[in-house]
Amino acid sequence: MSVTTLSPSPALAQPLARAPIDARDRGGPAQPLLSVSGLQKHFPVRKGSGPKQVVRAVDGVDFETLKGETLGIVGESGCGKSTTAKLLMGLIERDAGEMLFDGEAVGSRALPWRAYRRQVQMVFQDSYASLNPRMTVEASIAFGPKVNGVPGRQAVERARALLARVGLEPKRFAGRYPHELSGGQRQRVNIARALALEPRLVLLDEAVSALDKSVEAQVLNLLLDLKAEFGLTYIFISHDLNVVRFISDRVMVMYLGRVSEIGPSDTVLAEPAHPYSHALLHAMPSLDPDNRTQEALLAGDPPNPIDPPSGCRFHPRCRLVAPVCSGTEPPLDPVGPAHRAACLARQPGSGHPDAPAVREAA
Amino acid sequence: MLLYILKRLLYVTPVAFGVSVVCFALVHLAPGDPLSAVLPADATQATIDEMRAAYGFDKPLPVQYAIWLWHVLQGDLGTSIATGRPVLGEVARAVVNSLILASVATLIGFTFGTLFGFVAGYHRNSILDRAASALSVFGVSVPHYWLGMVLVIIFSATLGWLPPTGAGPDGSGNWRPDFEHLRYIILPAITMSVIPTGIIARTVRALVADILAQDFVEALRAKGMNEWGVFKHVVRNAAPTALAIMGLQLGYLLGGSILIETVFAWPGTGFLLNAAIFQRDLPLLQGSILVLAMFFVGLNLIVDVMQTALDPRIERA
Amino acid sequence: MTAPVTAASVALDGAVPTASPVAEAEAFAPSRGFWGHVGHRLVRDPVAMAAGAVILTIVLVAIFAPWITPMDPYKGSMLRRLRPVGDATYWLGSDELGRDMLSRLMVGARLSLFMGVTPVLIAFAIGSSIGILAGYVGGWTNTILMRTIDVFFAFPSVLLAIALSGALGAGIFNAIVSLTCVFVPQIARVAESVTTGIRKRDYIDAAKLSGASALTIMRVQVLGNVVGPIFVYATSLISVSMILASGLSFLGLGVRPPEPEWGLMLNTLRTAIYVNPMVAALPGLAIFIVSIAFNLFSDGLRTAMEIRQ
Repeated sequence: MSVTTLSPSPALAQPLARAPIDARDRGGPAQPLLSVSGLQKHFPVRKGSGPKQVVRAVDGVDFETLKGETLGIVGESGCGKSTTAKLLMGLIERDAGEMLFDGEAVGSRALPWRAYRRQVQMVFQDSYASLNPRMTVEASIAFGPKVNGVPGRQAVERARALLARVGLEPKRFAGRYPHELSGGQRQRVNIARALALEPRLVLLDEAVSALDKSVEAQVLNLLLDLKAEFGLTYIFISHDLNVVRFISDRVMVMYLGRVSEIGPSDTVLAEPAHPYSHALLHAMPSLDPDNRTQEALLAGDPPNPIDPPSGCRFHPRCRLVAPVCSGTEPPLDPVGPAHRAACLARQPGSGHPDAPAVREAA
Repeated sequence: MLLYILKRLLYVTPVAFGVSVVCFALVHLAPGDPLSAVLPADATQATIDEMRAAYGFDKPLPVQYAIWLWHVLQGDLGTSIATGRPVLGEVARAVVNSLILASVATLIGFTFGTLFGFVAGYHRNSILDRAASALSVFGVSVPHYWLGMVLVIIFSATLGWLPPTGAGPDGSGNWRPDFEHLRYIILPAITMSVIPTGIIARTVRALVADILAQDFVEALRAKGMNEWGVFKHVVRNAAPTALAIMGLQLGYLLGGSILIETVFAWPGTGFLLNAAIFQRDLPLLQGSILVLAMFFVGLNLIVDVMQTALDPRIERA
Repeated sequence: MTAPVTAASVALDGAVPTASPVAEAEAFAPSRGFWGHVGHRLVRDPVAMAAGAVILTIVLVAIFAPWITPMDPYKGSMLRRLRPVGDATYWLGSDELGRDMLSRLMVGARLSLFMGVTPVLIAFAIGSSIGILAGYVGGWTNTILMRTIDVFFAFPSVLLAIALSGALGAGIFNAIVSLTCVFVPQIARVAESVTTGIRKRDYIDAAKLSGASALTIMRVQVLGNVVGPIFVYATSLISVSMILASGLSFLGLGVRPPEPEWGLMLNTLRTAIYVNPMVAALPGLAIFIVSIAFNLFSDGLRTAMEIRQ
C-alpha cells in the first residue's frame, strides 16, 4: 500500500462536526484551539570576534489551529518548522509572541505551562531517540501519568490499554525495550505515550518521515482513527507534501522562519497562491511517469537565515521576481476564502507588475 | 597561534588561582596549631602569642591568604619551621633531583611503551599483542612501591649488583651524571617507568591500529608505497598524541613519586614531602605541593600548545 | 524491516486488536533489559569471571577472617621471627615480630579492602550527583562546578592524596576522606560528560513535556542511562584506590600498628628484605593480586557494556 493510492478518509470532509465536545473545552467549537501571533526565536551565533549575529529561525509567525482539524506545516529543512514545534511545546523559550490556547494565554496565571502541557503533547521524528533505551515501553508510557499523580498500577494499566489501542498487543510488547521493536512499532509507542496524558492537541514533528512507505501509511491511518476516537487536534509537520495532503485539513507553508501561505489543504496544494508553494509542489517527485518534473523550479539551497534577503525573503529564488520584491516585505494577506499568502504578485496595489488590479471599495 | 596561547593562558589563570587556594587551605585543614611542632611543650602563652604573630597566624584567614599569595608571587614560599631555611631553596634542590629521576623514567617508559605499542598495533590479536596488553595491565595494577622493593630484593639484596637506596655513593646529596651515580638511578627509574610504559603502550597501540585501519593507508599502499613509507606516515600521525601523553606522564611521575622516592631514599620532592609531613612542617608541605601542582599546570599548558602546534587536525580557535 | 502489515486495517475497523497481527515473524526471547544483557555477556568472559572469583574469594576471606585464621594474627613470638614461606607451623612464614603471616594477611584484607573500596563508593555517590547535576542543568551551574573540579585535576592523584592525608594527619578516617577527595572530581567529570551527552535527547524532551520536575527526570530518565558508564569508570578506580590506600599506610599515614593492613605490613617488613625477602614481599603481592583482579573485572564489565542498540 503506498501513499498515492490513499484517498482522504470520509472523516476529513467535516472535521469540526466530528470533534466530540471535550469537558475541558472553554470557548466552544468556534474558538481556535491554539492561536499564535508574532512568534519569534532568534538564536545567537558566535563567529570569531565579529559583531553578534543571530539566526532568525522563527521570525514572526502567526497562525491558528481550529478545534478538531489537522493543520499541516510544510517547508524545506531549515525553514523553522521544528523550531516552531519546540516553541509551541515550550521546549525552547520564545523571544517574542503570544500563544492563546482555547482563548487563554499560555504561561499566564489562568493557564500556566504545566497545565497547558497536560493538554498538548508531541511525537518526535526519531522514534528511537525519543524513547528511553533503559526503560520498557510500558514504563515509558506510564511515566507521564505517574508524574501527574496517577497511581502506579493505574498508570501501567493505562499504558497497556494504549498499547493495545495503537496496535501493539500488551502481553507481547509491554515489557520490551525500544531496541527490540521495529521503527513503526516504536513510533506507535511514541504515539501511545503522547496520548497517555489525554491531550487535546498533538504535535507530530516529522512523525512518519523516517518510516518505510508501507509502515508510514499504517501509522497515518492509525493517527486518523485516534483523532476521531479521542477528538484530537493535530499539528502535523512534514516535508513530504503527499503525506500532508493525505492527512491535513489546512496547510501552512513556511519559508525562512516566516509563513508564506496558509489555507485549505485542497486549495493550497492544488492551486497555490505563493510561487514558493508552487515550486515546492513541482519539486515533488511524482510516481506517475507521464507527469515527471522536467525542470527544477527551485534552484539552490535556501538563503542563510542569519542574513535573510531584504523585502520578500523568497525573491532571490522566485520566478515572479520584480524590482519591488527586494524592497517591500509582503504581508500575509487574504487571496481567497480562508486562504492567505505573503506574495506581492497576489496583492492588489503592491506595485508588482503581476498584481491584480485594485478593486474600488463599494 | 599566539592568540591560541593567550587563550590557554587565560583559561589556566583561574585554575592556578584555585590551586593556590587549595594549597593555602591545606595548612588550615590541619588539626591543631601549626606551630605545635616547633614550640616546646612548656611554652608560655606569651611565647605562643609572640610566635603566632611572627608567623602571621593571628590575622583573619583572607588576610593571611592575601599576604601569603603576595609573598608567593614574589618567589617567597616562607620559611621551613623545622630547618629555618627558606622553603623555596629546599624545594628547588629537591625538584631538580625528582625531575632527573622522572625524566629518565619517562624516557624509558616512552621508549618501551612506543615499541610495544607499535608491535602490538601492527600485529593485532597476535601473541605479541596479548603480551603487550598484559604488560599494560600489569603496569597500571602493580603497586609501584612494592615493585621497587621486589627489584631491590632481586638486584641488591640477592644479586648485589646495584645499590638499594640513595642517589649516590656519598650517601645523599645531589645526583650527578657520572657512572657511579648512574648505578643509583637504575632501580628507581625502572620502577617508576612501569606506569608510563603501560599507559603509552596502550595509547600507541590504539593509535597505530586506528591509523592502519583508515582508508588513506589503503590508498597509500595502492599507490605503490612500500611498508617503510607507510610506517613513516603512521609515525607522523601517531606522534603528537604519543608525545602529549609522555608530557603528561612526566607531570604525574614528578607529583606522584613520593612513594617510590621513599622506598629508594631518593632525595627528591617526595622525600621532602615525607619529611614535611612527619615533622609537621606545614610551610614546607604547602610550598612543595604548590610548586609541584604549578609545575603540573604549566606542563599541561605546554603539552596542550605543543600538541596543537604539531597536529594540524586540532582546531586552534 | 518487517513491518506490522495488517495493523492499519484492523485499526480502521476501530477494533482493539487482541490477537496481535503486529507481531513480527520471529518470536522474541523474554526481555532482559540492559543489565540483563550485560550480565549475560559478562558471565561468558572467562578473564572477567576469573577476576571476579578472585575478588569474591578475598572478600569472603576478609569477612570471615576472625573465625578462619589458623593462628592469632596479633600474637608474636620473639623466638620464631621471620620464618620462611613453607614453614611447618607458619605456612606463609612469620613477620619481624614472629606473628603468623597467613593470619595477618587474611585479617589485613579487611582493612585493605575497606580502605580501598570505601573512598570509591563515597566518591561514586558524591561525584555522580555533582556530575549529573552539572550536566543536566548546564549553563552557569555547570561552569562553576566544572571549573572548580578542574582545580583538583591540577594535582596528580598521588600528590593530592598524600597532601590531604599529610595535612589532616594519620588515621583510617582521614585516609578515606583524602582518597574520596581524590576520586570525586574524576567521577564527577565522567558523570558530567555522559550526562551532557544525553540531555539533548528527545526522550528527555518528551519527559519534560509530561510535566515532570527536573529532579524526577534526573532520577528516572537520566540516572538509568548514565549510571552504567559512571559505575564502570568507578570500578576501574578501585584498583588505583587500593594501591593508594595501602600506599598511605605504607607511608605511615593510614592504619597504625599493630593493626594488620597490607601496606603497613609491607612497610614494617622492609627491614627484613635481606633476611627473608619472600615474606617481605608477600603483602605487596596481595595488594597486586587484588588490584589486578579489580582492573581485569572492570575491563570485562566495560566490554560487556559496549552493546550496540
